[in-house]
Amino acid sequence: MKRTVPLLITLVVGAALIIADFVPHRPFGTLGDDFSLYFDIIAVFAFILGGGNLVRVHIMKLSKKRKDWPFSIVTLAGFFIMLAAGLLKIGNPDDIKGDVAALGSLFSDLYISIFTPLQASMFALLAFFVGSASYRAFRAKNKEATILLVSAFLILLGRTPLGLWLTEGIPDSISFLELPNLANWILDVPNLAGQRAIMIGIALGVISMSLRVILGVERTYLGQDND
Amino acid sequence: MTTKRLTGHIVLGVVLLVCTLSIVVKGLLVTVGALLTLFIFSFLYKDNPYYKFAEHLFVGVSAAYWMCMGFWGTMVPNLFGKLYPPMVGSVIPALKDNPPEPFMVIPLFLGVLLLLRLSSKAGWISRWALAFIVGTTAGLNLVRYLRSDFIAQISSTMIPLYASGAAGFNLGETISNSVIFLGVMSGLIYFFFSKEHKGVFGTGARTGIIVLMVTFGASFGYTVMARISLLVGRMQFLFDDWLGLIR
Repeated sequence: MKRTVPLLITLVVGAALIIADFVPHRPFGTLGDDFSLYFDIIAVFAFILGGGNLVRVHIMKLSKKRKDWPFSIVTLAGFFIMLAAGLLKIGNPDDIKGDVAALGSLFSDLYISIFTPLQASMFALLAFFVGSASYRAFRAKNKEATILLVSAFLILLGRTPLGLWLTEGIPDSISFLELPNLANWILDVPNLAGQRAIMIGIALGVISMSLRVILGVERTYLGQDND
Repeated sequence: MTTKRLTGHIVLGVVLLVCTLSIVVKGLLVTVGALLTLFIFSFLYKDNPYYKFAEHLFVGVSAAYWMCMGFWGTMVPNLFGKLYPPMVGSVIPALKDNPPEPFMVIPLFLGVLLLLRLSSKAGWISRWALAFIVGTTAGLNLVRYLRSDFIAQISSTMIPLYASGAAGFNLGETISNSVIFLGVMSGLIYFFFSKEHKGVFGTGARTGIIVLMVTFGASFGYTVMARISLLVGRMQFLFDDWLGLIR
């Protein structure tokens, strides 16, 4: 029951979806859409599971007064206030019938004033770390690093007004040497070739892994027996 | 009182003062956004309680945000709205008269099984729901990747190496097409590890490394630009929306 049933479910669902692609008739025809919808719904349950686990972890941290426990109060307060604002649609101009993210609702206000600044700042913070990574990457220590450096530099220059300004005096006959044109060529040709090779490699990996999962060769997702 | 403690109190005092002044002048929403932005950026100095506050708040708020979006965007219209439409009639009147779809009890059942993960005794049953998720992902991805990322990409690489149009031979397109074809082939040779990279094969693999380095450089350049533009956005918010210093 603990391992056989999940393996059977994976085999049946995976095989049915592959067959559905080759037999576009009932009952297989709509399986792809149906299972995708089921998947989305189960994913929402996974969000709920994640929320429940978050609450459990932070309540444990609070009760045992572990390191930085006061910040768990912040997490729990943020979680429950946002949850109440969203589920109850507090302050929604159209009441319960309105869109959950309607402007003017508490949920929307919390999204605009807390979620958006935090998310954008977290990612913007990476600009500084990318800066230090650039310093390390841009030290052209060998041939490969030099190629990476030149490619990144041309893209950065070619995609900014500075690149256009630096090379706008180039004659029309050799306009392909203008930095924006050069950056576009790098993106459309050698970059495309590299991306394509990577995509083909990934596709082969995904296909073989999918087959391993469906046929029950790959079972790591089931965890240990004592889980 | 130690110097460290005193500094902490001074910083807290300044933050509270700025907060109060800002709320009076700019309103609560902009002030909260600006302060949280500064709290996150304070990590550039070192890990500190303000950053930890913002980080913990972000975790709690984002978990609840995605739960609410999932509940109202997916669960209400696609699960409750299809399982028993009158139940959501007061929220989405358009669904009220739809016929019920009994098969929707399957995702409900699997979803409830997934929640059993929180139980220490019945946690193993959640594997059934997990198996459905893994099976669906594997079944959909196998065909999808085979079609769009494998066959389609190979097909797009099979292009004329001698390009000509109405005006005759086209040198630029010929060079570009050749670089694409040889680039993809050499990139694939590099990823082929079942044969030692020696001789002609090794030359192909080394060419593949060059192509991949150009690709990584382009991706890196784009990533840097995306992060910088986000930073510019936050700076604009701080200096324009909050402080009103730039117009």
